[in-house]
Formats: sequence, C-alpha cells, structure tokens
Amino acid sequence: MNKGLLKNLAVPVISVVFGLLLGAIVMLVSGYDPIEGYSAMLNGAFGRPYNVGEVFRLASPLVLTALGFSVAYTAGFFNIGLAGQALCGWVMAITLAQSFPDLPKFLLLTICILGGALAGGVYAGIAGFLRAKFGTSEVIVTIMLNYVILYVSNHMVRNVLTEDKDATEMITQNASLRVPFLQEITGGSRLNGGIFIALAAIVIIWILMKKTTAGFELRSVGINPDASEYAGMSSSKNIVLAMVIAGALAGLGGVLEALGTFQNLYVMNAVPEIGFDGMAVSLLGNGHPLGILVSAILFGVLKVGGLSMPGAGIPKEIVEIVIASIIFFVGASYVIRYLISRVKKDSQKGEM
Amino acid sequence: MLQLLVIVVSSTLVYSAPLIFTALGGTFSERSGVVNVGLEGIMVMGAFSACVFNLFTADVLGGFTPWVALLIGGLTGVVFSLFHALATVHWRADHIVSGTVINLMAPGLAVFLTRLIFDDRGQTDIIAERFGKFSFPVLEKIPVIGDIFFKDTSAPAYVAILVAFLSYFVIFKTKFGLRLRAVGENPQAADTLGINVYRMKYAGVLISGFLGGIGGAVLVQSVSSQFSRATITGQGFIAMAAMIFGKWNPIGAMVAALFFGLAQSLGVIGPQIPGLENVPSVYWQVAPYLLTVIVLVLFIGTSKAPKAIGKTYIKSK
Repeated sequence: MNKGLLKNLAVPVISVVFGLLLGAIVMLVSGYDPIEGYSAMLNGAFGRPYNVGEVFRLASPLVLTALGFSVAYTAGFFNIGLAGQALCGWVMAITLAQSFPDLPKFLLLTICILGGALAGGVYAGIAGFLRAKFGTSEVIVTIMLNYVILYVSNHMVRNVLTEDKDATEMITQNASLRVPFLQEITGGSRLNGGIFIALAAIVIIWILMKKTTAGFELRSVGINPDASEYAGMSSSKNIVLAMVIAGALAGLGGVLEALGTFQNLYVMNAVPEIGFDGMAVSLLGNGHPLGILVSAILFGVLKVGGLSMPGAGIPKEIVEIVIASIIFFVGASYVIRYLISRVKKDSQKGEM
Repeated sequence: MLQLLVIVVSSTLVYSAPLIFTALGGTFSERSGVVNVGLEGIMVMGAFSACVFNLFTADVLGGFTPWVALLIGGLTGVVFSLFHALATVHWRADHIVSGTVINLMAPGLAVFLTRLIFDDRGQTDIIAERFGKFSFPVLEKIPVIGDIFFKDTSAPAYVAILVAFLSYFVIFKTKFGLRLRAVGENPQAADTLGINVYRMKYAGVLISGFLGGIGGAVLVQSVSSQFSRATITGQGFIAMAAMIFGKWNPIGAMVAALFFGLAQSLGVIGPQIPGLENVPSVYWQVAPYLLTVIVLVLFIGTSKAPKAIGKTYIKSK
C-alpha cells in the first residue's frame, strides 16, 4: 500500500469518526440514544432502493459546486458565491425549458444544460473581471451577487414565468433530466441523469487541472501570482478564467436541481443550500476530484439518512452538527497529524 | 415629506444596528490577522441565546430584559468564537475553513437546542419584551431634527454608533489597539517587540464573538421577535461586506453598515414613497447590492486588508 495515500486518507477518515463520535455525545447528553439515532440514519440512507437513489441524487449537484469551489480556490480565490451562481444556472435552465417546451428532447436538454452553465460562468466571471481589472474583493462582490440573483429569481417566478404564483409549472419531459431507468431501479427516487454530468465533470476537471497547461497556470497563479506574472502568465486572464470555470460548474449544479430534482423554480428565502454545502464538500475532499466524489456521497448519506431520524424521535439537525464537526477536524488536521505522530512514536518506543 | 424621512431614518436605524455591531466585531478580528467568515454563525448563536434568555426572564426583568439579553447573546458569541480562536491560532486551521464550520454548525446546533427546549418545535415562542421605540428626553423636542432622529427611534442603533466611535478610539488610540494592529500587520515584528501575538489574536477573535453575538441578539429582539432558522439570513455576510467596504476602520464599517441598513429598509418601505410606488419591488431589493459593487469599483478600488491576515503565526522557539 502506498504510504503517502494512506497518510492522506488518515485525516479525513479520522475526522469522520470524530465527527460521528461528537454527534453521539451530543445525542447522549440530550437524552437520545445514539445507536438508535445512527441506525435510523443508516436505514434512512440505505434501507430501501429509493433512499439510495436519493443519496446519489443529493450528491450529484454537490460534486459540481464543490468542484467549482476547488477550481477557484486553487487559483487563489475564495468563491463564496457558489450558491448564487447555482441559482443563476437554475433560473436560466427553467427559463429556457419554459420558453421552448416543444423542441426535441436532445436539443432542448443540451440548450438548457449549456445555457445554465454559461449563466453561472458569466455570473461568476463578473466577480473575476472586477477583481482582475479593479482589484475589487471577490468576496464582497460574490456575496452581493448572491442577493441580486436571489431577488431577481423570485421576481422572475412571480412576474415573468407565472402570474403571481410562488412556483413555476413543471417543465416538460423534453427538458427533464430524469431517466426512467434510474428511477425504476431506485424505487421511484428523484435520481436523474445529472449523476452522469457530475461524474463527467470530475474526470474533465481532473484532466484540466493536472494535465493541461491551463490547469498548470491556474495552480501557479494560485501559489504565487507575482512569480507567475514574471514567467509570462497573465494573472488577470487566469483570474477571470478560474472564476468562469468555477461559476459554470456551480451553474451546472443549479441545472441539476432545476431539470433533475425539482423540475421547476420557486420563490426562495435564501440562496440554494448546495452552494455552502458544496464549499464544505470541497474542504472535506481536500479539493481533490476523487475526494470530492467520496465526500459528496458522505454528505448524501448524512443528509438523506438524517431525514429519517425524527422517526426515531431525534431532531435531524444533529446531522448538521456532525457535518460541521467533521469539517472542523479536517480544518484542524494539524492536531490530528500531531496525534498520529505521537501515537507512532509511542508505539515505536514500545517495540524497543 | 417629513413623515417619510422619519420612517426612512427610523427603519434604517433598526436594520443597521445588528450590522454595525457585527461589522465592528469583524474589524477587531481581522485587525488581529484572523479572518472571520463565521460572523453569520456567531449572530445565529447570539440571536438564539438572547431569544431564549428573553423568553425565560421577561417576567422577572421586565423592561430591562432585552438589554440583559444582549449581554447573554454577546457572551454566547464569545464562547462560540473561542473555537475559532483555538482552531486558527493554536490548531493551525485554515481561517476560512474554521469560519465556514461556525456557519455550518450554528444553525444546526441552535435549531437542535430550540427543539429540545420547545417541545420539538423548530422555532421559539414570540418574545414579549422587545426593543420598542425610544425617544431621547429633551432632544426629541428639537424641531424637525428631533422628529427625525430622536423621537420614536431605535435605542440599540445609537448604542451601536457609540460603540463604533469607541472601537475607533480603542483600535487607533490605545496601546491595546496598536498591538492588535501590529499583530495583524507583522506578527514577527510584534513578537520581537515582546507582544504576545497569540494573546492578541485571541482578544481580537473573542471581541468579534462578543460584538457579533450582540448583533444577533439585537436583530432577534428588534426585527423578528422569535428565533427560527430564518432569523439570520445573510446579515453576517453583509456585515462582513460592510467591514471590508469600510476598509477595516470602525467608523467606515459603521457608515457602510448604515448604508446597508438604509438599503434593506428601502426594500421594505420603497413602495410607500410617493411617485415611486410603481417601481417594481425587485429594483428596490436589488439596488443596494448592485450599488455596493458599483461604489466599490468606482470609488474604493482595492481594499487593503491587514497584511498578515489569514496566515497562521507559528512562534519559533
């Protein structure tokens, strides 16, 4: 076994164990039975094919927003606007789907998917452009843009796509990402073709970041913008590029919610959850495409499984506490690494 | 016209107060070099604890309840931000990761506790003692100005403004402030001069927790009147924007927070303004955020954060 790989896996695995332990302690202290709680969760995630389908359904858009966060992060940007970019893709996909409901499926689906990705990319590109051109903090700009698209989206639902209703009509079959086969094998879950988009994105981003010149430039700008500039790379071009790719990925995440999961657009109180959750997934996966896949599925298990916990009388919010603690331990991995090295030393002493 | 101005000013103050407190908190933390994107989560905990405290003590404390609850909210914020300080200062965690954890943890934890306390319901009861309207004695008698600024207005907002000036004084005119800034700009140099870098960072983060907690407590007791998952929706992030907008200067942060408060209140009262009632509300809602971006691009340019911000300082032995 590769020793480096084992070392890289140690921190996330230990973090997950610690997170679950902490959740158990919280349940114990609050007078709940953690074994009952976690069995309800596992049952809720794997008990029936339907639940398994929902786990992967929930994980698919998270993969995309997480990839979006990690691409921007690699290039040195903190893209806090994933949620807004996802919503942008969502709005665009539904608008297109409602505008041309009768186009042939292949054509309409392609238009909606590409349109959504483009919308997210352009939206994030604004923040990249302003940063590159004027040095404006991408953190503020993306936060502000989150609110702009939230209100625009709600306005679209009420005044453009419907007449004063709180949700649009369902999209036609021609624009739907649902695949009858996937629904059949998962007992009628909302699992949809988006999972293939997510898997394809993992491969594409992996190749892009690790094997291409563009990826190399993005990484080197992230590590040292001045040196990269000196080496003849345009840092402003890379800033915009990184944000556009990140936004397009997040936009795709929104497209999956639009055409796969919900099949409509509705009035929201806050920007979609997949934004901030995607950030957390990326952090847990350490920005690595495969790590992101695994942690998105873990999120799916925790969140979908958590929905069954109230059935055992335990508030489902415990899941959020567990997720947050897992990310906390990943973030404070220095402590875990320190503990590992201490344990190793002790065991070596023991052998002597 | 005067009536309109009165409404605009008073609702601006109501919406600004939580933002001012929280933005000031963020300023202290970031001046010490610790990024705090967890302000949102800290506000959630402040709002939750203040609301619960308010509900259980209103009978005893009466009219003082909301004020005492502010302190409770602030102290909860301190406890909660302690994790951020521990993680970023001693455990070498990425500041943004740690802040994100706070934001992920707070709503889950607060709603979990709400369910424990209130019979598995996701929201608290409605509080009885809230920040009502306050009129300054004597000052309210001044013609015009008294009506606009000093009559039936928001007391927490004036406290917030006062705290902003106090924070300015602390950060720029005291030895503590000088040390705080030194640690945020160049921790090595500060260390060489015998400043306890870790202690200053803790101070910065814990003050941000205190003020952020107060921010949440103000909000729940003057705007929403009960705690639920929907009580804090992005105000922490807006406060962070106000801090950056105000260039990490307490007065600047306060002015920016007032601007955001005005903008938020315009979304609510805009349609009442004569001559403009036909403007679709989406323009009112979106304007402040777009305006922020435009102002930032045109007039402010690059915001210069403290130099050593976001970096973990490791003391060499």
